[in-house]
Amino acid sequence: MTSTIDAPRSPYTRSTKKSSINWEKWGWIYMRVSGVVLVVLIFGHLFVNLMIGEGVSALNFAFVAGKLTNPFWMVWDVIMLWLALIHGGNGMRTLVNDYATSRISRGILKVAILVSVVSLITLGTLVVFTFDPCPAGAPADLVASFCKTL
Amino acid sequence: MSNATIDQKPVVPEEIKSFTVTLIVRRFNPEVDEEPHWQDFDVQLYPTDRVLDALHKIKWEQDGSLTFRRSCAHGICGSDAMRINGRNRLACKTLMKDLDVTKPIYVEAIKGLPLEKDLIVDMEPFFASFKEVQPFLMNSVTPVKGKERIQTVAQRARFDDTTKCILCAACTSSCPVFWTDGQYFGPAAIVNAHRFIFDSRDENAAVRLDILNDKEGVWRCRTTFNCTDACPRGIQVTQAIAEVKQAIMRGKA
Repeated sequence: MTSTIDAPRSPYTRSTKKSSINWEKWGWIYMRVSGVVLVVLIFGHLFVNLMIGEGVSALNFAFVAGKLTNPFWMVWDVIMLWLALIHGGNGMRTLVNDYATSRISRGILKVAILVSVVSLITLGTLVVFTFDPCPAGAPADLVASFCKTL
Repeated sequence: MSNATIDQKPVVPEEIKSFTVTLIVRRFNPEVDEEPHWQDFDVQLYPTDRVLDALHKIKWEQDGSLTFRRSCAHGICGSDAMRINGRNRLACKTLMKDLDVTKPIYVEAIKGLPLEKDLIVDMEPFFASFKEVQPFLMNSVTPVKGKERIQTVAQRARFDDTTKCILCAACTSSCPVFWTDGQYFGPAAIVNAHRFIFDSRDENAAVRLDILNDKEGVWRCRTTFNCTDACPRGIQVTQAIAEVKQAIMRGKA
């Protein structure tokens, strides 16, 4: 009696260099998910900064300092910073993959993107969490109103 | 009374005017030329003539060395995909009346595949990725009574759009990702995988989803819709690719 043995589910080729995590797939999913979240975060950010209350004329050091002492806005800004920079960096990476023809230029550009994304994320996160809203010796009319009570 | 028939003039159909069209063709003869170059031809054509007719007139009446592929000349064999005024079209389905004949018409070979001569490219890399998605029915069960495998109308309609592909390569060679990354499977291969992934009679959708869940698979698609615009059969190529992406994320067709 003959029996047939099924062909393996995975193809014979292309299997050697396949890593366990499919970065292209997760990169693609990340772009979709972060894109949707960023629409809410960025338009919320613009609405609060530019339209509510006095609008754009309210923007000054004191306004930003006031926002950055509020834990809600700190978390909002940090999430926005990380999502937007990784989203943009990944988008630039795909552009480089598409349009940089030589292996060397591709490598240089991708390292440059990675370095700028990492340093901007580090700097931004540092600013949000270590920000001093009432610098010593600053004129009272330039800093937030709550600085007087400190 | 007998004059009545004599007075009637014979009905002469309105004469359709022909006009002169300038075609600028990108020529390349690998035995002589270092680089491709543009050459222009003036052809007398009717509004109902196609770009293929213009190429025929050039080849038959002006320059017999002009080289291009065509077989059926009726939009089914998929041999004569070429870049006409910067857009991938079948020469046999592009009518003069749909083009602006006051300006010259630019005709060149499709991009992203190795140019062999004039309007002919090497289609082998294109067919290689087509073969790699295993575009054939795979089923380990013998059909009932050795006859056909029954399918409902809805099951057939699920993949109807992608059955229309004629493998002309207009979509794949219009894809900006494919232009720079020859490893990318390309829209046509994904369309033909889609045709079997969503076929209820086929059992190996998971194999094809594995193949396309590759670094060079569906995730390379940027949804630029060039392929949908280029398809001479009107297949919603970008949508088919998106459906394959969804199927990979769900893990099944």
